[in-house]
Amino acid sequence: MTLLTTVFAAVICTVIWYKGAPKSDMKVGVLCWMYWGASLMWLVDAIFEYAELHAEYFTPAPADMLNDFYLGLSVVALGLVIWLIILLVKDPKGVVKAALFRKKN
Amino acid sequence: MACFLVPAAEAVATTIATKVMKSKEGNPDTVKVQLDGAELVEAEKIPFSRKLGWLNKLLWGGSSLLAFEHVWHGEIVPWFPFLTAASNPASAAEMLHEMSTAGITMSVLVTAVWGCMLVVSSVIEKRAQKALPTES
Repeated sequence: MTLLTTVFAAVICTVIWYKGAPKSDMKVGVLCWMYWGASLMWLVDAIFEYAELHAEYFTPAPADMLNDFYLGLSVVALGLVIWLIILLVKDPKGVVKAALFRKKN
Repeated sequence: MACFLVPAAEAVATTIATKVMKSKEGNPDTVKVQLDGAELVEAEKIPFSRKLGWLNKLLWGGSSLLAFEHVWHGEIVPWFPFLTAASNPASAAEMLHEMSTAGITMSVLVTAVWGCMLVVSSVIEKRAQKALPTES
């Protein structure tokens, strides 16, 4: 469920990035890399778990599924927070700078 | 347990390699391409250090989110030795086994995906240059 949540986040971010490209004012690319990297790593985790559990892997207990989904959402939220920090620090549109300085008349 | 440490270690190595490569790279190659399918424009080919940056971002992004998962499951703690599995020899051996199997596979898969991206981007670059109208 964590893998699935992250893959959906990665796909959505990639579509948003493609729609806005080649401009990268919102730095959505950061989110794409982060979610795709995590998705690939969780895919490996899933393969190892499948090798251990076989068909049982596809029938998790509802409580485990809910917990994994909760983790997936938390991971997506953490990714968004990291992206927001990068966006505000790099400030590609100069919004933060404009808020800190006022033009002298 | 600590499988994310392997891609994180690779990320450190590739980040250093990127910095070194960036400092040694000269001016990027300039080519003429049709970016929007209409007008011929002069564009710079992106250097290899930037492509290596893609791998850095995949590795750093992935391992940081995986590290969070390990915190979630109580496998990383804010006190020494920081990894709960490292507190006794039996679980430490299990952790090292997981790092050498799942951890290495993660690194290999991410690097392989990046390798595929390099191949695809090189094909796109070549195709864009081949598609140019012949100058008369």
